[in-house]
Amino acid sequence: MMDWLTDETLAIIIAVLKSVVILLGVVMVAAFLIFVERRLLALWQDRYGPNRVGPFGLAQLIADMMKMFFKEDWTPPFADKLLFWIAPAIAVSGLLMSFCVVPITPTWGVADLDIGLLFFLAMAGLSVYAVMFAGWASNSKYALLGAVRSTAQTLTYEVFMGLSLLGVVAVAGTFNLREIVEAQKDMWFVIPQFIGFITFFVAGVAVAHRAPFDQPEAEQELAAGFFTEYSGLKWGMFFVGEYVGVVVVSALLTVLFFGGWYGPFLDAAPWLAFFYFAAKTAFFIMLFILLRGALPRPRYDHMMAAGWKVMLPLTLINLLVTGAVVLMRTPPVAL
Amino acid sequence: MEIAFYSAGTIAVIATLKMLFSHDPVHGLLYLVISLLSVAVIYFAVGAPFAGVLEMIVYAGAIMVLFVFVVMMLNLGEATIAMEKAWLQPRAWVLPVILSSLLLGLMVSFLANTQPHLIGTDVSIKQVGIALYGPYILAVELASLILLAALVIAFHLGRRDEDAEGKTQ
Repeated sequence: MMDWLTDETLAIIIAVLKSVVILLGVVMVAAFLIFVERRLLALWQDRYGPNRVGPFGLAQLIADMMKMFFKEDWTPPFADKLLFWIAPAIAVSGLLMSFCVVPITPTWGVADLDIGLLFFLAMAGLSVYAVMFAGWASNSKYALLGAVRSTAQTLTYEVFMGLSLLGVVAVAGTFNLREIVEAQKDMWFVIPQFIGFITFFVAGVAVAHRAPFDQPEAEQELAAGFFTEYSGLKWGMFFVGEYVGVVVVSALLTVLFFGGWYGPFLDAAPWLAFFYFAAKTAFFIMLFILLRGALPRPRYDHMMAAGWKVMLPLTLINLLVTGAVVLMRTPPVAL
Repeated sequence: MEIAFYSAGTIAVIATLKMLFSHDPVHGLLYLVISLLSVAVIYFAVGAPFAGVLEMIVYAGAIMVLFVFVVMMLNLGEATIAMEKAWLQPRAWVLPVILSSLLLGLMVSFLANTQPHLIGTDVSIKQVGIALYGPYILAVELASLILLAALVIAFHLGRRDEDAEGKTQ
């Protein structure tokens, strides 16, 4: 009766189950951040924040979700239907897909791709279509202006995001994220690649459209930017998509620069691996939220100039120096 | 792998045809993006993941974004769609169809005489790098020269001409 249950099929079933657990975990953490962000911002600004629904306001998320589900999902008559419907789906799935290359613990992780880091860059590049299509399909001037801004910003910041990661790749000698983590057993890459860390952090904030780089949705100038015309669940998908971006970028910062699952006493207690990964990721997520509470939004042209004139040269110099150091350390090859 | 190859190939052909026949420029670009992504899947299927992911980053993620960006800025409306419809008359298709079916015939007759080339083994990034900076170093250097020339031209075109600005004020 149980002939089909060989070791191979069992391994496949376990791998699929693990992937589903990770997917649900990421989406739920991203949704939960809607509450965490409001509450943390409020506490840092000497307010209470949402504290009425459930203990400590924890059920606020459920109330928010109920509201979102029952709102009218209105598609404007002047909108381009096809693109208007596709855009929110891209917004959620784009960066969510790239989480599958993130290694969580030595035994957990969805895919172990040799091109892991490049896969993340590809997904980040594709997720810009969400904003562009949303802005164009809405057929309204605020949405279009938001989308135009967002495209220019994303292109600018993606250029040096790729370059800022090349230092890590050069030191670790691989694009595989699992091997990059294993290369940090003795020293986290944040020490030799500090410039790379800073530039990738800035680029990551910009790619996730978080303050102070939330120009595409600057509410004082553009109503709500590219999703001005969206309502109900489709708007909610953009909202969750933004938090998925925050989670993915935080997880990547942990994996690339802060040693992933490594930490003290790991040999004695292997279960600490997940704790270290989660704690480091949570730290960066809170840093994202603190940035929004602490920093004003720069003017748009200042932001673009900073990207091209400061960040790009900085990453190029970092790459040159890293390359020189790596070459100096490798033993000479007889030609 | 063969299933992935053939299904991605079918999607690429359909998406490219839809791109050719669509009247709305933005929809056409969306189909082109789909076509490029399915070509990337083909690269993955034949064991060239690096080429596939570059296809996604460079073509779908950067070049097509610029295309969509420009079309969006022009904000072409109903008038353009009507113009496209007027242009795409059946007789406009005759010559291109003859020429491309000629090319297709040549390609099919050429490919019919060769053995299948699906390798089935992945070419790693390291192998690509060693090949690029070994036997193909000249091609890499020439490509970088062309890119440098393009960069200089772009800088020249985009430079703010301060003398001319002073005169107009």
